[in-house]
Amino acid sequence: MYLYSLTLQQPTGIICAINGSFSGGKVQEIVVARGKVLDLLRPDDNGKLQTLLSVEIFGAIRSLAQFRLTGAQKDYIVVGSDSGRIVILDYNKEKNCFDKVHQETFGKSGCRRIVPGQYLAIDPKGRAVMIGACEKQKLVYVLNRDTAARLTISSPLEAHKSHTITFSICGVDCGFDNPIFAAIELDYSEADQDPTGQAANEAQKHLTFYELDLGLNHVSRKWSEQVDNGANLLVTVPGGGDGPSGVLVCAENFVIYKNQGHPDVRAVIPRRVDLPAERGVLIVSAAMHKQKTMFFFLLQTEYGDIFKVTLDHDNDRVNELKIKYFDTIPVTSSLCVLKSGFLFASSEFGNHALYQFQAIGDDPDVEASSSTLMETEEGFQPVFFQPRKLKNLVRIDQIESLMPIMDMKIVNLFEEETPQIFSLCGRGPRSSLRILRPGLAVSEMAVSQLPGVPSAVWTVKKNVNDEFDAYIVVSFANATLVLSIGETVEEVSDSGFLDTTPSLSVSLIGDDSLMQVHPSGIRHIREDGRINEWRTPGKRTIVKVGSNRLQVVIALSGGELIYFEVDMTGQLMEVEKHEMSGDVACLDIAPVPEGRQRSRFLAVGSYDNTIRILSLDPDDCMQVLSLQSVSSPPESLLFLEVQASVGGEDGADHPASLFLNAGLQNGVLFRTVVDMNGGQLSDARSRFLGLRAPKLFSIVVRGRRAMLCLSSRPWLGYIHQGHFLLTPLSYESLEFAASFSSDQCAEGVVAVAGDALRVFTIERLGETFNETAIPLRYTPRRFVLQPKKKMVIMIESDQGAYTAEEREAAKKECFEAAGNSENGNAEQMENGEDEDDSDPLSDEQYGYPKSESGRWVSCIRVLDPRTMQTTCLLELQDNEAAFSICTVNFHDKEHGALLAVGTAKGLQFWPKKSFEAAYIHIYKFKEDGKVLELLHKTQVDGVPLALCQFQGRLLAGIGSVLRLYDLGKKRLLRKCENKLFPNSITAIHTYRDRIYVGDMQESFHYCKYRRDENQLYIFADDTVPRWLTAAQHVDFDTVAGADKFGNIYFARLSQDVSDEIEEDPTGGKIKWEQGKLNGAPNKLEEIVQFHVGDVVSCLQKASLIPGGGECIIYGTVMGSVGAMLPFTSRDDVDFFSHLEMHLRQEFPPLCGRDHMAYRSAYFPVKAGCNRWRLM
Amino acid sequence: MQASDRFNINSQLEHLQAKYVGTGHADLTRFEWAVNIQRDSYASYVGHYPMLAYFAIAENESIGRERYNFMQKMLLPCGLPPEREDD
Repeated sequence: MYLYSLTLQQPTGIICAINGSFSGGKVQEIVVARGKVLDLLRPDDNGKLQTLLSVEIFGAIRSLAQFRLTGAQKDYIVVGSDSGRIVILDYNKEKNCFDKVHQETFGKSGCRRIVPGQYLAIDPKGRAVMIGACEKQKLVYVLNRDTAARLTISSPLEAHKSHTITFSICGVDCGFDNPIFAAIELDYSEADQDPTGQAANEAQKHLTFYELDLGLNHVSRKWSEQVDNGANLLVTVPGGGDGPSGVLVCAENFVIYKNQGHPDVRAVIPRRVDLPAERGVLIVSAAMHKQKTMFFFLLQTEYGDIFKVTLDHDNDRVNELKIKYFDTIPVTSSLCVLKSGFLFASSEFGNHALYQFQAIGDDPDVEASSSTLMETEEGFQPVFFQPRKLKNLVRIDQIESLMPIMDMKIVNLFEEETPQIFSLCGRGPRSSLRILRPGLAVSEMAVSQLPGVPSAVWTVKKNVNDEFDAYIVVSFANATLVLSIGETVEEVSDSGFLDTTPSLSVSLIGDDSLMQVHPSGIRHIREDGRINEWRTPGKRTIVKVGSNRLQVVIALSGGELIYFEVDMTGQLMEVEKHEMSGDVACLDIAPVPEGRQRSRFLAVGSYDNTIRILSLDPDDCMQVLSLQSVSSPPESLLFLEVQASVGGEDGADHPASLFLNAGLQNGVLFRTVVDMNGGQLSDARSRFLGLRAPKLFSIVVRGRRAMLCLSSRPWLGYIHQGHFLLTPLSYESLEFAASFSSDQCAEGVVAVAGDALRVFTIERLGETFNETAIPLRYTPRRFVLQPKKKMVIMIESDQGAYTAEEREAAKKECFEAAGNSENGNAEQMENGEDEDDSDPLSDEQYGYPKSESGRWVSCIRVLDPRTMQTTCLLELQDNEAAFSICTVNFHDKEHGALLAVGTAKGLQFWPKKSFEAAYIHIYKFKEDGKVLELLHKTQVDGVPLALCQFQGRLLAGIGSVLRLYDLGKKRLLRKCENKLFPNSITAIHTYRDRIYVGDMQESFHYCKYRRDENQLYIFADDTVPRWLTAAQHVDFDTVAGADKFGNIYFARLSQDVSDEIEEDPTGGKIKWEQGKLNGAPNKLEEIVQFHVGDVVSCLQKASLIPGGGECIIYGTVMGSVGAMLPFTSRDDVDFFSHLEMHLRQEFPPLCGRDHMAYRSAYFPVKAGCNRWRLM
Repeated sequence: MQASDRFNINSQLEHLQAKYVGTGHADLTRFEWAVNIQRDSYASYVGHYPMLAYFAIAENESIGRERYNFMQKMLLPCGLPPEREDD
């Protein structure tokens, strides 16, 4: 089996983000690393974040930094990845790509302990970069420019220290003196040697300054001093005239200012009132903002609270360090303060957000200061605060993030054209069930009923220079309706259009006159109101029209073409006639190219399954230039100019190619390239769009011409990041459409369907999925679907949180306390109340209060996805949490389908996995599947992590035991068990009499159940120890699995062994008793091996298009969705493996990781090809 | 040191051990081996962000806290070293 890997949704989580001006000038941009993808984002004028560029780098990005050479206008990007190389990138605005400026190899590839790449630090003046590893190694590269002002990089200078763990590094701002880098280091050499534990207790973190001597080209340890043992993060403090220099050391509960020859200035980080005393407060992300006269830091804690840190200093002396509560937003992986007054927050889990600063926290608020620091016998006196509503920030945009996808199922529950993807996303209070549909989201602006069933709609401007459209013209079977667009849209009769006849086409012609083509003639309405009518000769009628601004071609019944042009005076003049062999099915003229008088090409589709290109040049007018035969009569034609190559933002520098698109009657969209000079057609491609013949319309997307194809569902063909994309719209099927532009809606579409006129805009271009989110209470774990009842049943559990009632009580208490003005801002609370009384502190924003780590909260939810309503929510009591779920039909039909839920009470992972009790709950469905009722609860002796129905019984993986249960009156009854599994069973799939069991650490085991002997036994297992995170049964002999390290693999039992077992009357039992290599007698073969580079959390077998082949769809922790498609022919395999090979050679990955090595990061890649973006 | 010593297997090993932390030798104890494996694992968890996120979900902690915990555990990953027998 060979598979083709295709990423459907790029990772949506963000690992780290940096901001700067990467395209040069004053524009602020953000570069985000999403694991294996590097994106460039820019907030537009409306404050919406736009993705300008997205590059898959085939490697794991671990750190990013930006720097600017002195006096330069743009920032460079430094990438620390798993490639064992340092890579410096430059954003090329013209080509819209990242140019690799430098790539220097320093070590082995992979995320290793002593290979740098984990940390990056930049000298604030852009003279040097330090790249560090978790342990020992740190390398410094000197950056400079050569005579041609190009960036140069030196050979590496070592700043290694063995037996030392590095927690963080940063550059120290010391103006134009020798660059200095600071690092938090911990030496473990003595602790490793001392069995008494004294050395380990005394092990002390140090803050070390490394100085790069630019004259000697040498790095030396300049200064090293003890630092708080909770230190985890360093932040550069401005220096060299802008500030006191030095660093901020963020430690657990403290922020400390340190510099060489300066006493420590320490302040406590304020704590939330409800935080348990044993928990520390750790800073997880930081940002510094510097203006000419002042600077401040924003530090975010692990609970989401942002503090503003300011330093009170005279020159180099820091007198006071103040930490003031700023605002609370969801926990981020990176904070970026943009100079334009925005804060970009890349959330750890859930949607990312862009905030605008309303204030910079100058108002009084809870504040901790170094000068008021009190040391008591129990340590330093803490400062408390209560989170409040956003005061300094206001959210203006958010980017959807699926991270983490916990479980996913693909099913056509709503009976739509394509199946929906149901995915459980997010964590804690920010979790949600998201229903993904392939397609672009559409926002409907207006729907209005019309007096009849319209057949067509157009929009026209009155003048070529007008910004907005003037009229919407709707054609019915025997009439035409004209609507004028203004403040409102209303019918008018003074437009000059003939309203007693249907229309075939309405458009602007010349500079300022309108043209209406109706079956018996052409009506030309001049700007001053004069009307010229051209009537068809005899009784022939016009059947088809093609026009652009200066040219009109009409086809009369019988197949005669008449060609008109607009002359210098604005008159429409007949130029040429041409007799076609038969009736014309469709016509189109390419738009007039810039600076030309006419377009050269006319495309004519005929019922004899051909498309002809005719010339409109005066020299060879109406000569057939080329002919293309197609599979079915064409229904609609459209010329579309596309900047095929990767262009700049406007793409103007690149030659465009002209494409002829044809919608055929069999539902296929056919596309060919038209040669700009000779009109020859080449490179034909076709794609099935739907059951109806696609009608093609030209609309405007982002100021460029795009194509709307209306088949049984609408599709949009447009250019995104230099690529032409054809994607479906999530909207109902439409009859006829036209672009629409008005005051309220700059780039819309007006369309008719049924008897309604619809106006809509297309949003979030470039996205593959359109999602509907339903918020949940706790981290969702697993879910099951009931296809018949169309219900979703899911389990949610969270560790270290309070139950809903406890939270309510605590919240009430804290508001009473706030009445006493503990924060000193009772006024603000009052304001808050009248704004949003029901939800003063949304958990989504502030997170759940933390409790002791041994406490669990959990619930079982039944949800109707159509109405998005929860019909039943059972909160588990007594520290019990649910981990597995399945529906089961027991032998006796008394109850019908039942729900089994596996739970554990008081589960602890640390120091050793333990639990108080574990249960399997059996629930009965009531009220048409909407409500659950507990039937009984059975105590079991291990945590049931997997449940599955098997032959009218329940199979449960209870710890390392596989057990078969039957339903009893009061409890489940044990029928049979097998205790030979190595660790813990996490997945069970069944097919006929085979059971495929996935073990947490030891991959798959194939079992068989012998009914006559009532015995479960393992007849085959895998040879590779795999930490299984997801499993999916593929066929009788094959299962697909994913491991913790980001590999997807398929394990298969070879055909002869499988046959042997099936034919053996003992079912291989005799052989089983022998065993092999401490396991089962037969071994599975791994037939597919592929490193995804992301923890795969769910696998699903499905086909995404009706009638399409089945493929494996996976969802990952970073929020990406991908598909693995099996190849059907050997030729395809050959073609794609060769293509992949050539791409590897000609186009190596951006960040220097070898593609083959990346895909083989843990096991050699086998039988997988993958898509490259630039194809 | 003679010129031929450079190609001697022992000196090559010594060079490797100095350059690559964790390279084993004949007298490696079970404890030292385990410590190395654990430190490598923690470094790998910290380096692979999706893995950190996976742990963070399991323990319901923030990713930053999880990273800090793993770095801290690199100090004594397997507890205290055993008493040396030859002392």
